[in-house]
Amino acid sequence: MKLITAIIRPERLEAVQFELQGVLDEGDHYRISVETVEGHGRQEGEVEIYRGQRLRAGLVEKLKLTLGVNEHYVEKAIEAIVRGARTGQVGDGKIFISSLEDCVRIRTGERGGTAI
Amino acid sequence: MTEVTTGMVPVDPGSTAWMLVSSALVLLMVPGLALFYGGLVRRKNVMATMLQSFVALGVIGVQWIVIGYALAFGPSLGGWIGWDPSLVGLVGLPYTRNFADKAIPELVFVMFQGKFAIITPALISGAVAERMKFSSYVLFVLLWTTFVYCPLAHWVWAPGGWLFQYGVLDFAGGTVVHISSGFSALALAILIGPRRDYRPGHTAILPHNLTLTMLGAGLLWFGWFGFNAGSAVAAEHPVAGYTAGLAFATTQSAAAAGALTWLLIEWWHQRRPTSLGLVSGILAGLVAITPAAGHVIPASALLMGALASACCYSAVQMKQRVGYDDSLDAFGVHGVGGLVGALLTGVFCFTPVAGLVMGGGVSQLVKQAVGAGVAIVFAVAGTCVIALALKATLGLRATDEQERDGLDVTVHGERAYHQVISS
Repeated sequence: MKLITAIIRPERLEAVQFELQGVLDEGDHYRISVETVEGHGRQEGEVEIYRGQRLRAGLVEKLKLTLGVNEHYVEKAIEAIVRGARTGQVGDGKIFISSLEDCVRIRTGERGGTAI
Repeated sequence: MTEVTTGMVPVDPGSTAWMLVSSALVLLMVPGLALFYGGLVRRKNVMATMLQSFVALGVIGVQWIVIGYALAFGPSLGGWIGWDPSLVGLVGLPYTRNFADKAIPELVFVMFQGKFAIITPALISGAVAERMKFSSYVLFVLLWTTFVYCPLAHWVWAPGGWLFQYGVLDFAGGTVVHISSGFSALALAILIGPRRDYRPGHTAILPHNLTLTMLGAGLLWFGWFGFNAGSAVAAEHPVAGYTAGLAFATTQSAAAAGALTWLLIEWWHQRRPTSLGLVSGILAGLVAITPAAGHVIPASALLMGALASACCYSAVQMKQRVGYDDSLDAFGVHGVGGLVGALLTGVFCFTPVAGLVMGGGVSQLVKQAVGAGVAIVFAVAGTCVIALALKATLGLRATDEQERDGLDVTVHGERAYHQVISS
């Protein structure tokens, strides 16, 4: 099991969701959490225009997606996120993959891969 | 029960009704300004900024009744200031008395003018947003209105005022409201210094919510019809009618031309048609037509709005090079737009006198320049005296920690927005 954490452009959420649906949905809806975050990487903020002046925001708004996936789906999910989120410009974001020790479905008490 | 004192024209119901509505419309500009400014600041200073507009409703709302109206519109002492002890607290003003030779109750005129006195100092707050000490701000508003606004309003608008006698045209406050507040704003912004985070080219300070600003601009435009078309009552004798219609039409024309001009200039200059640009242009047009509203034809108003918008756009670009922090462009829009409007009034006016392009020669333009020059010198000098006195006593600025952490929480104990975790 892996925990996939992806930082993406907010305007790419729908594209990423569409791609993830294509690879993760098997009759049943895939699981995802989305948070709004602010940060900066090489993009160093977006340029915005206010009263004729170009200003660069220090922190730029991004979305953080969190998905727990079983081994079989890890690569598919990563590829799907990249397909949906890539524009080719600086600021497309990052994907972090970490190993996931365990998982509990609160409703039933199931553990591990079946709970994910 | 209409009781008319002898020797007066009877109260005109139409004019009176319009003036009551106009007074309320001008009041609506205060929350409009609060929204306009509130959207332009950072999230941590929203309430502090909106309060700077609203607090004038309280402070000047009281000052005007107690002493402000007496100073501005009481019988003239040599053209310099109004005074009549019976107008202190309005205690000697019968509610059935008409204003001067006009056909409206004087109390209605008191209320209408009071709204102008309220919004004028609030305009200044845009230049010192996000850093001025609240107690000093409140005192500044009170002192500035009493010692700068009231005398200036008397000089320009009161029938005995010396600039009025000299022939300066200021239909609804281009000189009294916008030049005075705009240039005072510049002086105060320089005296108080830039915000701690103001480093052009490095960290940007961005507006936190432009939707508020758009709504505020809409309310300002709406309220401005009261501001300008309401001012017709003071200009037209004894009732408002044609002049109010003219002022309404020119106000609409200038605002529209200003909006369109800024949108196009910014689209060309920065390759982006922006919302803030459009609403900034609306304001530039409205400010510029204010002194001219009942003196020019709508076609001239189109030109005035467009020219003012272009001048204000340039002024705002200059700000970064000169280096002062007029945070929300109170000077760039009101000072520059007011000055352009006051001068162009002498170019385009056709009634009651003809301006430069209407065959009247340069005499009115000269008078307009004198009026604007006097207002600039007087407003800047008055602002400097008041601000330096406050600086030496209370201090002008919030503490560095308050400024860093945001005035909302540290000064006012409030937050504009809460992250909703549970209801």
